Amino acid sequence: MRKNLNVIAAYSIMMVLILMVGIFQSWNIALSIFNLCLISAVMTMGANIQWGYAGLINFGIMGYTALGGLAAVLISVDPVQEAWRAGGFDILMALWLIVVMVLVIRFILKRFEKSKIRTYSIAAIIISGILLIRFSAEPGIEAIEAVDPAKTGFLGGFGLPIIFSWIVGALFAGGLAFIVGKVALGLRADYLAIATLLISEIVIAIIKHEDWLTRGVKNVIGLKRPAPYEVDLQTTDWFIKLVEKFNSGKLSVIENLADRKAALNQLVIEGSSVFVKLCYSGLFLVVVIILLILTQKALYSPWGRMMRAIRDNEEAANAMGKNVVKQHLLIFILGSAIVGIAGAMLVTQDGLFTPGSYRPMRYTFLIWVMVIVGGSGNNFGAILGGFVVWFLWIEAAPISLFLINFFTAGIPETNALKAHLIESVPYFRFLLMGLGLLFIMRYRPKGILPEKIEIK
Amino acid sequence: MDFVNAIILLLNYIFIPALTYGSQLALGAIFVTLIYGILRFANFATGDMMSFGTMATILFTWYFQSLGVSLGVLPTALLAIPFGIIFMIFYMLLIDKFVFKYYRNQKSPPVQFAMVSIGVMFVTQAVVRIIIGPGDRRFFDGEKFIIKAREFKEMTGLNEGLALKSTQVITIFVTIVLVSLLFWFLNRTKTGKSMKAYSDNEDLALLSGIDPKKIVLVTWVIAGILATIGGALYGLDKSFKPFTYFNNMLPIFAAAIVGGIGNPFGAFLGGYVIAFSEILLTYAYKKFFMYILPESMEPNSLVQLLSTDYKFAVSFSILVIVLIYRPSGIFKGKVL
Repeated sequence: MRKNLNVIAAYSIMMVLILMVGIFQSWNIALSIFNLCLISAVMTMGANIQWGYAGLINFGIMGYTALGGLAAVLISVDPVQEAWRAGGFDILMALWLIVVMVLVIRFILKRFEKSKIRTYSIAAIIISGILLIRFSAEPGIEAIEAVDPAKTGFLGGFGLPIIFSWIVGALFAGGLAFIVGKVALGLRADYLAIATLLISEIVIAIIKHEDWLTRGVKNVIGLKRPAPYEVDLQTTDWFIKLVEKFNSGKLSVIENLADRKAALNQLVIEGSSVFVKLCYSGLFLVVVIILLILTQKALYSPWGRMMRAIRDNEEAANAMGKNVVKQHLLIFILGSAIVGIAGAMLVTQDGLFTPGSYRPMRYTFLIWVMVIVGGSGNNFGAILGGFVVWFLWIEAAPISLFLINFFTAGIPETNALKAHLIESVPYFRFLLMGLGLLFIMRYRPKGILPEKIEIK
Repeated sequence: MDFVNAIILLLNYIFIPALTYGSQLALGAIFVTLIYGILRFANFATGDMMSFGTMATILFTWYFQSLGVSLGVLPTALLAIPFGIIFMIFYMLLIDKFVFKYYRNQKSPPVQFAMVSIGVMFVTQAVVRIIIGPGDRRFFDGEKFIIKAREFKEMTGLNEGLALKSTQVITIFVTIVLVSLLFWFLNRTKTGKSMKAYSDNEDLALLSGIDPKKIVLVTWVIAGILATIGGALYGLDKSFKPFTYFNNMLPIFAAAIVGGIGNPFGAFLGGYVIAFSEILLTYAYKKFFMYILPESMEPNSLVQLLSTDYKFAVSFSILVIVLIYRPSGIFKGKVL
């Protein structure tokens, strides 16, 4: 208990902060911050497994998040029958061609010795394959995108409950990580960073522009929810009774019956959105706790010790007979898969998939700030980082607005400088994040809750 | 005649734009490569530093415009660039003193430098957005075209017009002058040679009496010049928007690595490699084939290898391929 005092203290402070937002701003805001904190925590756990356990740098978090989101769309949206009829065959053919191409390349790699001719012939196969796929799938893609483009214009998904997508998102992201890992893991650290960053940009480019699969920048909206809808709740009896019971003190003060009814109505509308958010919080909390238990177990298992050995001295671990390349690939896949879960959770919560919103600042660099600030190598630290940084990211604008008003209290409202500063309040969050990262890196390089390995 | 038309078409839509874009990338790529070669880290703040320099240039341009100073047919920004450079260098040295110096003295691993540069990226992004805002800014003035497409058509009687923007000519001209000066400096002067020595082998360079403080200072000065001019030229040619500059960091990295990181000449050529492949692979060649092929063989489709949406993806794919098959880059930089 004593040892974990700083962990408990840090988390209590965080909870108090969120509760304060609930009391002073509104419970809706507090809960949406809390939910996104939980999602960020899942992402940081993924990044922490890669960076903290194994020292692998992955700047492609955005790509895996987007793939998780794509999984949510593909799982939950009902299939668009018309589009399948229009171009489904062409798409399936193109998929077959890709499979054949991969098999042929594998065959060549296995059968022939490494030589210039082999490299060139593989390149030729890839290029001609891409051209063949592009020209053969073109009419199908156009036909699909022509099916009611304002509403669908894509193949749709499988029409399953969206919760399944959390697992599928992990599989998608893990699959991509397998390919990326095979290609890029041999690179030195800072080049691995650049390569993963660029690969994630390629993934985003594909998701943005392959409209037959994702609707691209036209966005997919109105995804099914695992939680009840606000509108339904507002007409449900037990929910209204629940709200009435919760607020009986407030309501009993109101004498007039009509006024009391109106007040109750207002409370029900507010309460319904809080209730929905609470449902999400519950779901996310379950995921976070399961992942936390698993990652903690892994950290203290022989496997975790091996990963730390590899991280701290690759050559020595290699000499002890550990397969460094294989373990790196494994951990790269595991970490990315967790990020994929977070991506699916994010889309589930928002109920919409907007490929245009995936930007490296928000989905890659911010997550890295969370891991570094929180404490890499320590799961509790990484989760705390997700909470702290996301909280500050949201609350930076009100805080900086308050500070600007405080320091320029004597200056009249019409002052150009003051007006300009107040106008640019949303950008102070970048400043805050940057300074936070720089200060932590300088004065507490191991993060708020540093890695602490107990030998049990 | 058709053949000439086809050539003009390619010149107008591929060659000149790619040369301009390549020049802008090349300046950024030399900046990245110098920082990598001498200070030994991948600077993720590259794009935002360029946008800071451009922002300073824009502010001076506005100031000059308000004073009524102008260069006639040339954009006023050319006059403002030197002042922008001074600001940029000052900012870079400030950052170096308060941020990077500590890690240099600690001999931190490159990864830590890269992380720190992300912090710098956030701060710089915030500073630029707070000062000038996130919106699109155009600061070009003066004569826009040297040759207009219609005038060219009338002059030559061809079907295809050749438009030559003054910003394109300025970009290419300034790049050639600046890069020649830079290579002269690096290869012929004592300071330049000591920079190269420091980049090749730090310990040996220190032993032979090279002052590391001076090397770092000169590197940042050169970096400031490159970043500001590269950024300002891009802003003049297209427009200034902080987010675009952040995004441009990626093809710039690609150019630097493709050319061989740590090798300025490689980075210079790498810029053009990236620019030309981006534009060549995403251009629709239908019109071109219509000119050179007989009528019976005219293509029906656009003859476009990749849609223009994948412009960035092209340069990233090239980078990934280069990283896998030739990690030292086309022109042999440091082995990664």
